[in-house]
Amino acid sequence: MADKVLMKGNEAIAEAAIIAGCRHYFGYPITPQTEIAAYMAKRMPKIGGCFLQAESEIAAINMVYGVASTGLRVMTSSSSPGISLKGEGLSYLAGADLPSLVINVQRGGPGLGGIQPSQSDYFQATKAGGHGDFRMLVLAPSSVQEMADLTVKGFELADKYRMTSMILADGTMGQMMEPVSLEYDIKPMPEKPWATTGTKMEREHNIVNSLFLQPDALEKSNLERFERYKYIEENEVMYEEYMMDDAEICIAAFGIAARVAKNAIVEARNKGIKVGMIRPITLWPFPTKAFEAAAEKAHTFISVELSMGQMLEDVKLATKCKGEYMLCSRVGGMIPSPEEVLAAIEKANGGAK
Amino acid sequence: MATTQYLFAGFGGQGILFSGKFLAYKGLTEDKQVSWLPSYGPEMRGGTASCSVILSDTPVGSPIVSKPDVLVAMNLPSLDKYEDSVVSGGTIFVDSALIERKVKRTDVNVYYIPATKLASDNGMPTLANMIIVGKILKELGGYNEETVNAALKKVISAKRADMLETNLKAMNIGAEN
Amino acid sequence: MVVFEKPHALTDVPLHYCPGCTHGIVHRLVAEVIDELGIEGKTIGIAPVGCSVMAYNYFNCDMIEAAHGRAPAVATGVKRANPENIVFTYQGDGDLASIGMAETVHSAARNENITIIFINNAIYGMTGGQMAPTSLPGQITQTSPYGRDTNHCGFPIKVCEMLAQVDGAQYLERVAVNNVKNVKNAKKAIKKAFQNQVEGKGFSLVEVISTCPTNWGLTPKKALEWVDEKMIPYYPLGVYKDNTAEKEAE
Repeated sequence: MADKVLMKGNEAIAEAAIIAGCRHYFGYPITPQTEIAAYMAKRMPKIGGCFLQAESEIAAINMVYGVASTGLRVMTSSSSPGISLKGEGLSYLAGADLPSLVINVQRGGPGLGGIQPSQSDYFQATKAGGHGDFRMLVLAPSSVQEMADLTVKGFELADKYRMTSMILADGTMGQMMEPVSLEYDIKPMPEKPWATTGTKMEREHNIVNSLFLQPDALEKSNLERFERYKYIEENEVMYEEYMMDDAEICIAAFGIAARVAKNAIVEARNKGIKVGMIRPITLWPFPTKAFEAAAEKAHTFISVELSMGQMLEDVKLATKCKGEYMLCSRVGGMIPSPEEVLAAIEKANGGAK
Repeated sequence: MATTQYLFAGFGGQGILFSGKFLAYKGLTEDKQVSWLPSYGPEMRGGTASCSVILSDTPVGSPIVSKPDVLVAMNLPSLDKYEDSVVSGGTIFVDSALIERKVKRTDVNVYYIPATKLASDNGMPTLANMIIVGKILKELGGYNEETVNAALKKVISAKRADMLETNLKAMNIGAEN
Repeated sequence: MVVFEKPHALTDVPLHYCPGCTHGIVHRLVAEVIDELGIEGKTIGIAPVGCSVMAYNYFNCDMIEAAHGRAPAVATGVKRANPENIVFTYQGDGDLASIGMAETVHSAARNENITIIFINNAIYGMTGGQMAPTSLPGQITQTSPYGRDTNHCGFPIKVCEMLAQVDGAQYLERVAVNNVKNVKNAKKAIKKAFQNQVEGKGFSLVEVISTCPTNWGLTPKKALEWVDEKMIPYYPLGVYKDNTAEKEAE
């Protein structure tokens, strides 16, 4: 315990990024994630890094694109409306196969929405970060420790697969403080022979590009990318199972919703209800097989989320719509209480109506 | 003690978040599992501020305190808003210098302490929050000089080291009243 | 005896530009300057979206293709990552003065030590001849078929004049490439804009008044004349700002 410090989730992300070797951060202020920018503004000049407040989210993600082209670790962070603006850049990063780390500390939407916690960018993150066929690695921390751990992991995965890792957090995760340990064994970055750092007149010029005017060439680049995605789906899935051994009711929840659900599960277990939880840590790739296996025993799946059933769709797909399904959600910045989740569990159990 | 859930509530500027942070650090120093969650947004600036602190022997589930074991109310709107949410048998600390009414609940323990007045009387107008923290530690147990000092050192930046003594003094005032 | 050679900084890929388009001239001038300064091995070029979108195929240095209008932001990232690199963007009027205006102005305001080559031909070429932010009042385009009505869609943007008001901008010059004399001046300006960066003198932009015979509906020769008759009177050539001389004196 002695080496643990109390940190806000947002600050844990920032410090973990620095530890992972990130020396370039670009961003634009937006609640509830501005602590990341403030932290970077303070630290980067002292370690020879670069913090730059961009004129817009669009400029920030394109500055990320520039640094990523040189092969260095780089990140930006924002909250929901700002991530929409970054959608253009996310698509270009994918098209040019550039690694980067993007943080979304979600708030309620749509539109300007509110500033309180939300998970309603699930679709955007897992299915439609921008135009075109592409995926991002979507990592969903459920504690301040995971905010830090997944930041380091996010950089490593981004470099490994030449794609964007997105940390999909929410206002609660960003603002809360918990003890964290920031001791990491940072692996060296992979070689990046594709980086645009100057030919030094020693090699052919490198081109970072997402334009393919010949449809067959563009198709080929898409298919190659999806081969990589397939490999990732088989090898990089992360999730936590909680009391699932004998579970007849399976809760699906991530981030803050999973924290609330745990309280409810403890209460329900005290009442003898066989309930457990699968907590996806990677939202893409989604832990399909874990849910598929759970469907062998569980009769009902309850998706606890801060959105209108966005993840529930993936749970249904993973379990081939074989079970009963319930949505337990609050939106707009509201968070379901453990009592609300417990009531859903009891309803699923055929008990209290 | 398995788990204690604290809710600190008052005006922005009363040091609500700071006193919560102190308790969280103290818990950390005592090898407890802790979480600290502030309300955030424009309400921080002059409106009501609140913060949830959980100290536990087991991993903390939801960091949101909706049924506090301990409520600290530093203004009337906070008492009005949260009085009913306190668990039966829980404890409410009331800054009686700012809240004239009494707690209506009869199934909770209540401590009235004129923290804001004590603070200004003792020349430390910004430390009513820590006077209440002193009171909490005295009434609920847990005043441990070593961990209190260690936690204070964590929450007070090195630049303001002179505030350490004043904070200790404030907590002592709280414990004695 | 060699009398004419392709600059090393240009690849062998045949240019895709229309007959009479002056992109080819400007590409060559940029490449000559890169050769003369001996910087090809450390230069990173940023291509825009527009007619010159495939500029990444034509320059022998490392190249990056940016999203529409975002080249100055991408250049900012590259330069901040590796300040020893020479970073230039090559952008058209729609890219730089319309969709990417914020990126343009703010990269100037930050005095990014980069070089911007800005091609102003008063029309959107790649999409087939629509109105540009720099299309002249009354100019007929596909999206201003009755002539640009300034009451309806506003006035052309004079980029050099505007950026001259931005403190961070260090060197701004407008040139043309419609005759030999202008081409020579353009080369000088482009070389200065790269030299400035080599010497750490900061944000340099050269606006090149160019032609688009295809979408102007003119022959290549007439297009060159149109530059003198219509474009240059609205967009006077010259140096709009040069702080770099002062810096030498310091």
